[in-house]
Amino acid sequence: MAVKDYIRERFFPHMLCPGCGHGTVMGGMLRAIENLGLTKNEIVMVSGIGCSSRISGYVDFHTLHTIHGRALAFAAGVKMSRPELKLLVPMGDGDALAIGGNHFIHAARRNIDITAIVMNNRIYGMTGGQFSPLTGYGKMAATAPYGNIDQAFDTVALALAAGAGFVARTTTYHIHQLVEIMEKAIDYKGFSVVEVLTQCPTYFGRRNRLGSAAKMLEHFKNTTTPMGSKAKQENPALIERGIFAQRDLPEYCAEYAKIIEKARKEA
Amino acid sequence: MADQIRFLQGNEACVEAALYAGLNFFAGYPITPSSEIMEQMAVRLPRLGGKFLQMEDEIASMCAIIGASLTGSKVMTATSGPGFSLMQEALGYAIMTEIPCVVVNVQRGGPSTGLPTNVSQGDVNQARWGTHGEHAIVAMTASSHQDLFAVTVDAFNIAETFRTPVILLFDEVIGHMRERLVLPQPGEIPLVERLRTAVPRGVDYHPYLPREDGRLPMSDFGGDHRYNVTGLFHDMWGFPSDNPQVVHGLLRHLVDKIQNNVHQIARFKEYYLEDATTILVSYGSSARSALHLVENRRNRGERLGLLELQTLWPFPYGMVREKCARARYVVVVEMNMGQIMREVKIAVEQPDRVFLANRIDGVYITPTDIRNILRLIQGKGV
Ligand SMILES: Cc1ncc(C[n+]2csc(CCOP(=O)(O)OP(=O)(O)O)c2C)c(N)n1
Ligand code: SF4
Repeated sequence: MAVKDYIRERFFPHMLCPGCGHGTVMGGMLRAIENLGLTKNEIVMVSGIGCSSRISGYVDFHTLHTIHGRALAFAAGVKMSRPELKLLVPMGDGDALAIGGNHFIHAARRNIDITAIVMNNRIYGMTGGQFSPLTGYGKMAATAPYGNIDQAFDTVALALAAGAGFVARTTTYHIHQLVEIMEKAIDYKGFSVVEVLTQCPTYFGRRNRLGSAAKMLEHFKNTTTPMGSKAKQENPALIERGIFAQRDLPEYCAEYAKIIEKARKEA
Repeated sequence: MADQIRFLQGNEACVEAALYAGLNFFAGYPITPSSEIMEQMAVRLPRLGGKFLQMEDEIASMCAIIGASLTGSKVMTATSGPGFSLMQEALGYAIMTEIPCVVVNVQRGGPSTGLPTNVSQGDVNQARWGTHGEHAIVAMTASSHQDLFAVTVDAFNIAETFRTPVILLFDEVIGHMRERLVLPQPGEIPLVERLRTAVPRGVDYHPYLPREDGRLPMSDFGGDHRYNVTGLFHDMWGFPSDNPQVVHGLLRHLVDKIQNNVHQIARFKEYYLEDATTILVSYGSSARSALHLVENRRNRGERLGLLELQTLWPFPYGMVREKCARARYVVVVEMNMGQIMREVKIAVEQPDRVFLANRIDGVYITPTDIRNILRLIQGKGV
């Protein structure tokens, strides 16, 4: 199947701003799905609220557009009820880690077979550019007009500490790596977290004078490096890209199947 | 027959009823006085091949059951006041997306942490208006374990029939009290199973296109048909729309499907109403004390009657008006500051004949409490 077979063409052109990175993330995800040879009927996409969450409307899967921050909790219900389905959950950084932070760490801890994609544009896009938990110290936002004093989370470190089986990071500039990581994440049996640094030229870019979308992409190229690279040792400020963990851990639905067996024996 | 008789807590009776109704998915978060429900579910569900999830909070619990219901499971969660507050946004999502589910709130004293182990009926209005926006909701209650069983099964039936969340508004006394329950035989209480679409796989299915009778057949999410579900106003395909006609049509549908079926949804019991000059209106555990008093005074020739409500929302205004038409005094017995009394006042012809007999101190209202208030109302003093 070609990528365009996975989308609901009638809803195009989409609502995202010109230059928004969210479309690139969606494209990368669809290419990965195509490479894996998955059919539309076996994929469920659950999303919350935000610009990023709107991508669920454009893909021709089973799509569940829920409430802000809670997509992973809805997804847990779907997955537990029908473990044979593939669950993809795209989330904005605010959706995933502010209002949804609790669900994020607990889904990771359970290692339930869901792929969580954190589309990190370091801002609340949908509501007009307020700072998010990933905006970072010193950056500008509608609600940080004098510079942000909130420290940022490191999504990768958080996901690893919370127990996610698969953890990776890339950017919208590194499209080949994006597709490759998505493939592995979707294929992984357990909770997989893919953080994608993505550009919001409209709010984060403008407020922080980062220039056009193209300039922001270039910024991703210049400020990131493959994990464990020599460049990182020389310049610790660089952000590492790659797969940080791909662990063999018990998966939640599989564990629950064992509980059913045990309970039936004891009954 | 003997093995069909149990002596158990109301919370356990609720579990028995939910399983009888075909529940196969439960998600929850512990809170007094409802925790026995989830503890029992953790034991029982896996034995039946069902799923039990202890989530990170009540928000997640509510979201998880909605997701599971959409895929075809019969679902429930159980909580108490603080947890019920947390569920409100997701409850609205279930209303908007028309996903059947049952939410048990074993009420305790509030606001806030309030009185965790004491009885109250303070969440009646929260059940009605807790989630934002115009909407309709179904909320039911019971005063004995036998009724609790029937009402719980009914809650699942109503949830499926109208594609709506149904709230079971029990209270601490009912939840924790032990009494006899005769378990109905399989088939004794009819069950409403999910109405599934006849549209074959591969053919366009409209998730929000009502049939002629107004019902919306479902397709198990993740199964034969791919469709979209959203909490935004949406068209018959489930895609977002802000077309005023679509918005108006959907909101009217959401409200009308409940409000136009008050008669079908309204459950109540009546005792000695025919010649009653004083009618007590009550529900939940309060109705036990009310009934006790009514029977006691009847033995002494007083013309006292009881109207016990089992459906609180949609409020059965017409029925209450009719039943109370000939009474000199209508006394609403409840453990709050008059949440149902206000509705009764709206329902009856002469609201100034409606009075409140209540307790709000975390102590169960007794027949003596009601009698003392009754004497004051009747001008007899205590
Ligand atoms: C309970 C609740 N609080 C607040 C909002 C408003 N809101 C909508 S989207 C959003 C944040 C969007 O930012 P993010 O999740 O980072 O996604 P983005 O739009 O940047 O892709 C907020 C605060 C909401 N919809 N629901
Ligand atoms: S506001 Fe930002 S995140 Fe939202 S669509 Fe525009 S560029 Fe993308």
